[in-house]
Amino acid sequence: MAYGVKIECWGPYACFTRPEMKVERVSYDMMTPSAARGLVEAIFWHPGLRYIIDEIDLLSPIRYTNIRRNEVKSKVLSSSVSSGARSGREIYLYTKADIQQRAAEVLKDVRYCIHVHFEMTDKANAGDNPGKFREMLCRRARKGQCYHQPYLGCREFPAGFRLVEDNEPVVPYPETRDLGYMLYDMDFSDREHIIPEFFHARLEKGVMDLRNCEVHR
Amino acid sequence: MAEPIRNRYDFVILFDVVNGNPNGDPDAGNLPRVDPETGLGLVTDVCLKRKIRNYVEAAKEGEPGYRIYIKENIPLEQSDKEALDYIGISDIKDVKKKDPDADAKIRNFMCSNFYDIRTFGAVMTTFVKGALNCGQVRGPVQLGFARSVDPIAPQEVTITRVAITTTKDAQNKSTEMGRKYIVPYALYQAEGYVSANLARKTTGFSEEDLALLWKAIINMFENDHSAARGNMAVRELIVFKHDSELGNAPSYKLFERIHVEKKDPTQVPRSYNDYTVTVDTDDLPQGVTCQRMI
Repeated sequence: MAYGVKIECWGPYACFTRPEMKVERVSYDMMTPSAARGLVEAIFWHPGLRYIIDEIDLLSPIRYTNIRRNEVKSKVLSSSVSSGARSGREIYLYTKADIQQRAAEVLKDVRYCIHVHFEMTDKANAGDNPGKFREMLCRRARKGQCYHQPYLGCREFPAGFRLVEDNEPVVPYPETRDLGYMLYDMDFSDREHIIPEFFHARLEKGVMDLRNCEVHR
Repeated sequence: MAEPIRNRYDFVILFDVVNGNPNGDPDAGNLPRVDPETGLGLVTDVCLKRKIRNYVEAAKEGEPGYRIYIKENIPLEQSDKEALDYIGISDIKDVKKKDPDADAKIRNFMCSNFYDIRTFGAVMTTFVKGALNCGQVRGPVQLGFARSVDPIAPQEVTITRVAITTTKDAQNKSTEMGRKYIVPYALYQAEGYVSANLARKTTGFSEEDLALLWKAIINMFENDHSAARGNMAVRELIVFKHDSELGNAPSYKLFERIHVEKKDPTQVPRSYNDYTVTVDTDDLPQGVTCQRMI
């Protein structure tokens, strides 16, 4: 694993929403590989590379809490934007009528260590090489730089992050459990048909190993 | 349009409440939100964003470019605004085939007209599915939950009223009982982030917008008085400015420089004077400046 990098991340709350329970959100017990990829991409990303998550370590016990909020129901409609713009009428969303209360079962006080490596894609420029990309990611993570503040599943749950240096030990929280089928990632290769991929996740003494895992779709 | 911002910012808001309910929990019969394990009070990010929107709407009423998309109340009178210099889209379905940039144009239109979309982002269906992250526009400003510094002790206050709603009830009783919840005192801390990259690449959030954001945060409770809220006020807005887009230091290390402590640890806090707030600004990381905006 020549280009492997370890990133530690943490936050007071996290919600890695299960796709089957999206209305009243329920989080997975553990960070999903797709959330981990998004978190690393918030620090550094380039079209010339593709991140692959190797392992996610649990560093603090799995705990839940419940939050209910008033949430807006609908999205911005293209038809109302264009009609509002043409007639000069005001467009807005009336929250009293367009709101619903939704509960979220979220994780509390989470801390993970993400083991990630990347592959070069054909969009890389001629001057790019893995060493350069790795150095950029490490430098940003070490200095706390980021493209935007990474988050743990939802933007209201911002994540702190730091680089775990190569020789630094990682001590997972020794939890062993079968996590069942979890979202691996979304397959974006066909923009019109984005396909979710799942895998059977197991937490072995706090380590969720994603190397050679079988991905179902 | 004004230039987008060029710096990353991390900020901390300290606000307090006296005899009020800063944010009710719909799951607990409108009791103030409490973390059941620690007893710390909570105020959600959306609650604070609502106040920022309300302030901007009140302060910039009708000004072009400062409209608010997500409104609490429909204005009684819908004033006809002058026609917008729009992008010349007549039929959305038709245009998508002809004009591949239509999505970007609509997004830019929404961002340049609506302050809240420029600031916090929005989910729009205007975009061809999948081409732009399912129509999600991420705004540069990100807010976390606010947590109280010390555990809070919500109180139930029972009140009476002499006006009875229904005539049937009025024959049987002369008063009705009501209930409200208050937090006698609590100081809350919220953390936020401003990403210059998202401002430049997506929404065009500018320096003026940023100045308005700080003003809105400082004044967010001033126009939000109500029977439920009690006295709420923003006490501190501490802003760390990085001299680059990507930033110069981890935000958690900057936030750790803010120390909010009780003057007398044995006393129950009942006012802001019971706390001292200090910020270590002596050895700030290179390229980071700290400003206390209040």
